[in-house]
Amino acid sequence: MAHSARRDSPELPDFSVLKRLARDQLIYLLEQLPGKKDLFIEADLMSPLDRIANVSTLKQHEVDKLYKVEYKPVVSTSDQLCFLIRPRIQTVKWVCDVVNADKAAGKFKRYKIIFTPQKFYACETVLEEQGIFGDVSTDEWAFYLLPLDEDIINLELPEFFRDNFLEGDQRWVRTGGSALHLFHSIYGPFSKVYGIGRCSKMVYESWREQVKEGEQKARQAEVGTVFLIDRDVDFVTPLCSQVVYEGLVDDIFRIKCGCVEFGPDVTSSDKSIKVMLNSQDKVFNEIRNEHFSNVFGFLSQKARNLQTAYDKRRGMDIKQMKTFVSEELKGLKQEHRLLSLHIGASESMMKKKTKQDFQELLKTEHSLLEGFEIRECISFIEEHINRQVSMIESLRLLCLLSLTENGLLPKDYRSLKAQYLQSYGVDHLLTFANLKQLGLLVEQQPGETLTVMESKMGKLVNDKTAGKLTDAFSSLAKKSNFRALSRRLSLVPKSDEEYDLRVPRDMAYIFSGAYIPLSCKLIEQVLERDGWTGLEEVTRLLNGHEFAVTGSNGADLRPQSDAQRIILVMFLGGCTFSEISALRFLGRERGYKFIVLTTAITNSARLIEAMLDNHV
Amino acid sequence: MMKSKADEEDYWNSSKFKAFTFDDEDDEFTKLKESRQAVNSICGLVEEEEDEDEVEKVSWSGEPVGSISWSVRETASSLREQSFPKIDTTPSLPKNSSGYSLSSLFKGKTKSFQSFSEVLSDSSVRLYAPELRKPKSEYKDYVSDWSPEETVHRMQQGKAVSLEKFRSLQEKLLLLDEAVGVHDGNVITAVLIYLKKSLSKEVLFRELESRQTALRHFIHYLTESKEQRLLLELYRALGRTEDEALLQYKEHLRITDENKRRDFLKSCVSLPFSPEDAGHVQDHYTLLERQIIIEATDRQAETGGKVEIFQKFPRRASILNMPLITTLYYCCFYHYAETEGTYSSPANIRQTFRIAEKQYFVTALAARAKLKAWHDVDALFTSRNWLGFTRKKSPLSFSRVADILSKNNAPVQVLQEYVGLVDDVELRVALAQKYKCHFIVISTYRDLKDRQLLLGYRGKVERGSEEERKIDELLSNPQIRWKN
Repeated sequence: MAHSARRDSPELPDFSVLKRLARDQLIYLLEQLPGKKDLFIEADLMSPLDRIANVSTLKQHEVDKLYKVEYKPVVSTSDQLCFLIRPRIQTVKWVCDVVNADKAAGKFKRYKIIFTPQKFYACETVLEEQGIFGDVSTDEWAFYLLPLDEDIINLELPEFFRDNFLEGDQRWVRTGGSALHLFHSIYGPFSKVYGIGRCSKMVYESWREQVKEGEQKARQAEVGTVFLIDRDVDFVTPLCSQVVYEGLVDDIFRIKCGCVEFGPDVTSSDKSIKVMLNSQDKVFNEIRNEHFSNVFGFLSQKARNLQTAYDKRRGMDIKQMKTFVSEELKGLKQEHRLLSLHIGASESMMKKKTKQDFQELLKTEHSLLEGFEIRECISFIEEHINRQVSMIESLRLLCLLSLTENGLLPKDYRSLKAQYLQSYGVDHLLTFANLKQLGLLVEQQPGETLTVMESKMGKLVNDKTAGKLTDAFSSLAKKSNFRALSRRLSLVPKSDEEYDLRVPRDMAYIFSGAYIPLSCKLIEQVLERDGWTGLEEVTRLLNGHEFAVTGSNGADLRPQSDAQRIILVMFLGGCTFSEISALRFLGRERGYKFIVLTTAITNSARLIEAMLDNHV
Repeated sequence: MMKSKADEEDYWNSSKFKAFTFDDEDDEFTKLKESRQAVNSICGLVEEEEDEDEVEKVSWSGEPVGSISWSVRETASSLREQSFPKIDTTPSLPKNSSGYSLSSLFKGKTKSFQSFSEVLSDSSVRLYAPELRKPKSEYKDYVSDWSPEETVHRMQQGKAVSLEKFRSLQEKLLLLDEAVGVHDGNVITAVLIYLKKSLSKEVLFRELESRQTALRHFIHYLTESKEQRLLLELYRALGRTEDEALLQYKEHLRITDENKRRDFLKSCVSLPFSPEDAGHVQDHYTLLERQIIIEATDRQAETGGKVEIFQKFPRRASILNMPLITTLYYCCFYHYAETEGTYSSPANIRQTFRIAEKQYFVTALAARAKLKAWHDVDALFTSRNWLGFTRKKSPLSFSRVADILSKNNAPVQVLQEYVGLVDDVELRVALAQKYKCHFIVISTYRDLKDRQLLLGYRGKVERGSEEERKIDELLSNPQIRWKN
C-alpha cells in the first residue's frame, strides 16, 4: 500500500485556525444577545457546528436550551430566542410564525436570527412582509470554511449545486468569492489562478473585487496556486459508481460532514456507532484511496500484524510487560477497534454490492464510457427500470448514457422515459423536465439539419465567424461532447491492456482503470502546461469559459517554491471522494499537494436527488 | 389502514427482487471473513475497558474554548492587492444555451461574447449614461444620491440603501442591469423584489423577457416564496406553456384526498403539455381512477374475510398512488385469474396502459413466483407451434428468468427447467452450479463428452445421492465416446 511519495512534497498548511476563527465569531455573535437564551439550530447546521464547538462552549455563553429547527410551533419558556439558520425563505417564514404567535399570545420576547454564511435580502423581505422587521435583530456568521480533513475544506452548501446550475440563481457567487477571499487572506497571497466554467469566472471576479476593497498586508504565501472548476464542466465523473474505499463508503453509508454512521450489520452488535473518517484514523488513512479490491488483502495483513504484536506478550518478563502495557497496548487496542470496524464495513459493502449485481452494473458503466455495445447497455438500463431496481440508480444510468452519447435517440428517449414513468411514477415528469433543463438527460437533436444549415451559413461569412457559428449551433444542441473529449485527453485507456490496480499507473485506477476523471485530467494538463495553451480544442468542446491569470506584485512566482506546489482546487457545485483520491494520487506523482475546497461533497445519488421534484 | 413505513417498504420491495445471492465461494470474501475471525478472537485477549468512546468521539468534540479576544475583525483583514486582472464574465445565458445569437453575428458586431439581453433589449436604455456622483457622506440622509453602480456596490456590502429614488423605468432597469453585471444573485433578487412592488406585472414581465439572468432569478424567487399564481401568469405572458402546464400539474402533490387528487389530475389532462407528456398525464389520471376502484373493492373483500388470498397474504399497504408497475404487480398477485373485463385484471391493465411485453412478463413472473404458483410460471412461457408441439419461449433471457426465480426462492426442480434452456454452454454451467442444479451440470458435461470435468464434479455432489449414481452410470456407459 506504500506509495512512493516524492520526498520533496511540500507540507500542508494548518487549517485548525479556521475552526477557531469560526468559533470565536459565533461566540461574539451570541454575546450580542446578553443573558440566558434558547438556541434553535437548523438541522443541516448541526454537524458543521459539531466540528467547531461543543455544548459547553455554547453554555458558557448563556445558551440555555438547544433545539433543532423543525418547522413546528416552539415550546420554549425563555424570553430570548436565537435562531441559527441558513438564509432560506422557508425557515425565515417559520421564524415569523413563531414571533407572530407570541405576539398574538401577548408574550414579549427578544429574537435574534443569525444567518450563516450570510443573509439575503429576500429573507429580510419576508420579515418585513410579516410585520416583524425590527422586532427581530439579524446578524451574519461568516462561517465559510469548515476543514473536514488535512486537505479538504467544505462550504457545506449542497444547495449551491441546484440553485446555481438548475435554477440559474447566482446568490452563492459572492459567497464563493468570500470563501476564497477568507482563505486567501490567511494562506495567500495567490500568484496564479486558473479556472474553467461560468460560475468559476464569476467567483474569481467577486474574489478579486473583495481583495481590491480589503486592507493590505504583506505576508509569506502558504498556498500560491488556485484552480476553480464548475461542476457542470464534468458531470460524467460524479455519476460513475465509486470503487475507491472512501468513495464506496460514501455511496453506501453516506458520509456526513466527515462522519459516518455504521449500523448493526457493520458493528456486529445491536447498536450503531458514529465514526469520524479522516487522516487521524490510521487504518482508514491507509485504505481510503485504495481500489476496493486491494482493501481485503490489506486488512488481512493488518489483522495478522496485530496478532503478532499482541503475541509478543508471551514470554515477557514483568518489566517488559510493564513497558508493553504502558507504551504499546493502548495503540494496539485502538488499532484493533478501527480494524474490526473497517473489516465489518467492507464485509457489509461486499454483501450489498453482490446482491445488486454490481459487476454487471460496472460493466455497463465502462461500456458507456468506452462507447462500446451501446445497445446492450440500453437494454440493461431498460431491464433495470422494468424490475424497479433503485429509482435513483436508473436515472443515474440514463444520465450517463445521455452524457456519453450526446443525448438519446428520440425513439430511445421516448420509450425509456415512458417505461421509467410506469415503474416509478408519472410525477417524475417534473424530474425529467429538470434533467433536460440542466442538460443531463436530453434527446438528440436531428443532426442533419444543423449540418446543412452550418455549411450554408459558413459560406456566407468568413472563417473566424464560421467557427463561432459552429459553436452557436453546438451549444444550441446542448452537446456534451464526451467522446471527442475522451479521445483528445485519452480518458479511456485501451481496454486490451492489463491494469494492475495494486500499482496504479494513472488516475484511472479510481475507476478500476477504465476512465480518468475529466475534472482531474483538466487540472493535471493545465498545471503541466502552466495554462490552457494547447488545449484550445478541449476548451472549445467544453463550451469555453476558461481562464488563467497571474497576480503581479508581492507574490512569489518561482514555480519550484513550496507555495506554488500547494494547489487549492475549488469545486463549485461539489466534488466526489473519488476525485479527491485521484488528486492525491496526482500530487504524489508530481510532487504537488492538493487542497480541495468544495461547496459540498457529492456523489451520484446526491446529484440526482437534487434534481427530483416529485415531492411537495 | 395505516402500516408502518418499514412494513410498506418490505412489502413493495418484494417486487424488487432483492433476494440474497451472495456467492459463498468468493475467495476475497473468505479471506476477509478469516481476518474478521482473527480480529474477533483477539478480543478475548484484551480486557474491554475505557476504550468505549475512543472511536465515538463525534459529537461536540472540540478543543478548549478559544479566547474571544481573537478579534473577529482582525481575521477579516485582507492582504496586499495582487492586482489580478479582470476577466470577461459577460455572457449572461446559461452555459448550455447559446452564448451567441445569430442576429448578432450578422449585425457586424465585433464583441466576441454577446448576450441575448444586449441584442434584444432596447439599446437606448443602455446608451443612457448615469450621472456619477460621489458620495457626500456616509449618512443615511444622502443615500438617495447614490448612482445605480454605487447603490449596487453598497448593497453587495450589506450597507443601507434606498431604492425609492429609482422611479423612472429607465432608472429601474439600469439598476437591474447593474446588479446583473456584478453577478450577485442576492442583489439581483433584491432589485427584482423592488421592481415587483413598483412596476405593473405587464411591464415587469415584458422587460424581463429580454433579460434572461434576471428572469431566472425572478422565477426562482417566486418559486421559493410560493407565489404560484404570479409565476403561472409570468409563464403565460412569456408563452412558456409547457412550464406553465408542469407547474400546475405539480400542484397535485399537495392534494392528499385521493378523490380530489383524481379530479385535479383530470383537469390537468387538457393543460398545454407536449403531446407525449399529455399522454403520460392522462395515464396518471386513469391509473388513480382505477386504483380508487380497486382499493375500495379489495378493502371490502379483505375485511369481509371471504376471499382466500387476502386471508393468506394480507395486504400491507394501500395501492393508492403507487406507480403503474407496482399496481400491475399487485393485480398479478391478487387478481391474476380475472377475465379481461374487470378493472383489476392484469390483462386489462396491460392493454389500457400499453405495457410492453417484456415489462409485463417480468412483473407477472415475479408476482407468480412470489406466490410459488409454479404452474402459472410455467404457463407464462409455454407456447404452441402450428404442429401443436409446446415449447418454452421468453421475451427476456432465460438466465434472467432463472435469476428472478431464484430471488423468489424457487425450488431446484423449477429452476433447473429454465437454467437448462440457457443457450450459452458456459453460462448454463455457471448458473447451474450457482443454483445447485446438479443434473443440468451433469448432462451438459455429458453432452460435451468431457469425462474429466464429470469426474471432478462427482466430488461436489452428495455421497450416495441420486446425482452421484447418475454420474457413475454415465462414466461406466460404454456408448459414450469421451473426448478425454
